[in-house]
Amino acid sequence: MPASVLADGLRRIGAGTRRSIARLGFAARFFVAVLTHSPAGLRRIRLTLREIYFAGVLSLVIILVSGLFVGMVLALQGYDVLQRYGASESLGILVALSLVRELGPVVAGLLFASRAGSAITAEIGLMKATEQLSAMEMMAVDPLARVVAPRFWGGVISMPLLAALFSTLGIFGAYLVGVRLIGIDAGSFWGNMQSVVDFRADIVNGIIKSAVFGLIVSLIAVFEGYDAAPTAEGVSSATTRTVVGSSLAILAADFVLTVFMFRGVGVL
Amino acid sequence: MNRSTIDLWVGIFVALGLGAILFLSLKVGNLLTTTTREGYHVEAAFSNIGGLKLRAPAKAAGVVVGRVEKIRLDPQTYEAIVTFVIDPQYKFSKDTIASINTSGLLGEVYVGLDAGGDSEMIADGGRIAKTQSAVVLEKLISQFLFDKAQQEGGK
Amino acid sequence: MSPPSTTRPVANFDRRQPVAVELSGVTFGYDRTRQLLKGMSMTIPRGKVVAIMGGSGCGKTTILRLIGGQLRPQTGRVVVAGRSVPDLDREGLYALRRQVGMLFQFGALFTDLTVYENIAFPLREHTDFSEEMIRDLVMMKLNGVGLRGAAALKPSELSGGMARRVALARAIALDPLLVMYDEPFAGLDPISLGIVGQLIRKLNDALGITSVVVTHDVYESLKIVDYLYFVSDGRIVAQGTPDEVRSSGDAFVRQFIDGESDGPVPFHVAAPPLATAFAIGHAG
Repeated sequence: MPASVLADGLRRIGAGTRRSIARLGFAARFFVAVLTHSPAGLRRIRLTLREIYFAGVLSLVIILVSGLFVGMVLALQGYDVLQRYGASESLGILVALSLVRELGPVVAGLLFASRAGSAITAEIGLMKATEQLSAMEMMAVDPLARVVAPRFWGGVISMPLLAALFSTLGIFGAYLVGVRLIGIDAGSFWGNMQSVVDFRADIVNGIIKSAVFGLIVSLIAVFEGYDAAPTAEGVSSATTRTVVGSSLAILAADFVLTVFMFRGVGVL
Repeated sequence: MNRSTIDLWVGIFVALGLGAILFLSLKVGNLLTTTTREGYHVEAAFSNIGGLKLRAPAKAAGVVVGRVEKIRLDPQTYEAIVTFVIDPQYKFSKDTIASINTSGLLGEVYVGLDAGGDSEMIADGGRIAKTQSAVVLEKLISQFLFDKAQQEGGK
Repeated sequence: MSPPSTTRPVANFDRRQPVAVELSGVTFGYDRTRQLLKGMSMTIPRGKVVAIMGGSGCGKTTILRLIGGQLRPQTGRVVVAGRSVPDLDREGLYALRRQVGMLFQFGALFTDLTVYENIAFPLREHTDFSEEMIRDLVMMKLNGVGLRGAAALKPSELSGGMARRVALARAIALDPLLVMYDEPFAGLDPISLGIVGQLIRKLNDALGITSVVVTHDVYESLKIVDYLYFVSDGRIVAQGTPDEVRSSGDAFVRQFIDGESDGPVPFHVAAPPLATAFAIGHAG
């Protein structure tokens, strides 16, 4: 009896592994298909502009407000620790580096996944469930070029801009708390920040990170939507998969990127 | 949603985003203040670099003139060879002394450059001959204790 | 094999072929174990309205997808306007689909576009007509289905019957040679049902197109179609003109027309005998 239970469990693990590998392969092929259909989709730039509106502009409020608050909290907590070592002047460095390198891309990416990624999945999934994608195909219009590619690129373009805005608002929030509220000297706040934050190593790497996260979230979102079972239940579980999957993927990719990007600067 | 409204909002969004990137580059980062990416390379050998890290600044009279680009160990002499890039607008004489300093007790470690009086300047790929290694606090303390003990014993 | 592609692949489809669609010996299954179509053959002549009838899940929609080239048959031939559909490459398939309109079960209107833009969609995608020309064409098609006044509405603001008519206008936007209707009567009230039925007939005759109607609504289709095919268990089990069907003695056709719950199509899904299900005989 226990042997059969064990075998059953192992079999289930095996089947699960096989399914996830098959799905991964399918996703990779889908990614290639999206890329090959992109020129046709991007030729009609208005479609992509529309998706930048839905993915980017409509995410602005949540990104700006969250950025401001994260920056303010970071300043309060950072100041609390730094002033014990008499290093409260370094608050600007702490806040700027945390935001530009990590929190900006990662938190903006997580917010983007739950705000825009879920919307993209739900929209494409519903279009599939209501046969709009089939109808398009039957009208000799390729849904990959007409529906998927613009949404994908809209997300990829929006994400780095959102992350930069998040970091900017965060630094502004830290300025408000650190300089205006606590009374750190404004000159040393900005000056120390500038002397340490490097354009290429910190800011460019941060932008690269956010672009990668944008790619990951957009790809997962369009894939889950396109792959959703054409039922109400299918669309809802696809939306959940988008948020959970892209959040985990962002964090995992962040680790890998950090290892490669900041290997030479004393972090490792 | 009207087409021109979407265009307007997307325009605002992209302008804001690019503005944020510009702000990060100029106000937060050092895109304006450092031009050391373009510069000439200079090497120096130290018997001990202490806590010197990559990208640490090279300062002359407290002014940042360059950054550490590479650190490696010479397998023959067992000395640390530090390469740094120096802003081309600053030239240093051949007898410049490079030292490894710490700003304050816990501050950052940097390379200090004290210019000499030689009329010949260091060229790209050149080497600073005179160096002063990092002061290792533990060695200093043990030296002090050892000296103290010897003094006591001598009495 | 298909002839070498010309600059205008549309020209390869002969609108004057006497036979619009021909299926012969088509088999198809979504998975290897279960065959949905088991040797299906039918002929749809040009200019006629032909109904394909059968119970739910018997593969009626699959037939439409085979004709539209969204699916490939495992064996057998699918010929539309003289061209073999499974042999078409992507270009040819898209050229074919520009000649084929399809009305989906619940309309499948694009929910983010207005009624006007829905009908303009195929025109914008496949022609470079001027905005005025598109306007004229869209209004003409909308007028044809009696919905000129609804041009600015969103699909969510339409009733089921109106949505179906808009989808119909969209299906004929490019003046196709063939229009396929997937359950055009499903979920409609009697008035809308009559309107849609009459529209199918009128548009077919006025535009000189061929119509394939997949439905299980015998009563409505008998009023408007020229010929009916009855599908069961992946095969054609009966066929004929409406008059022939009405007077048919075939058990399956009678069950279908009279709506009897039991007959050649059994009421019970195949199951073990009732006694075992209720454990009768175990007592004592």
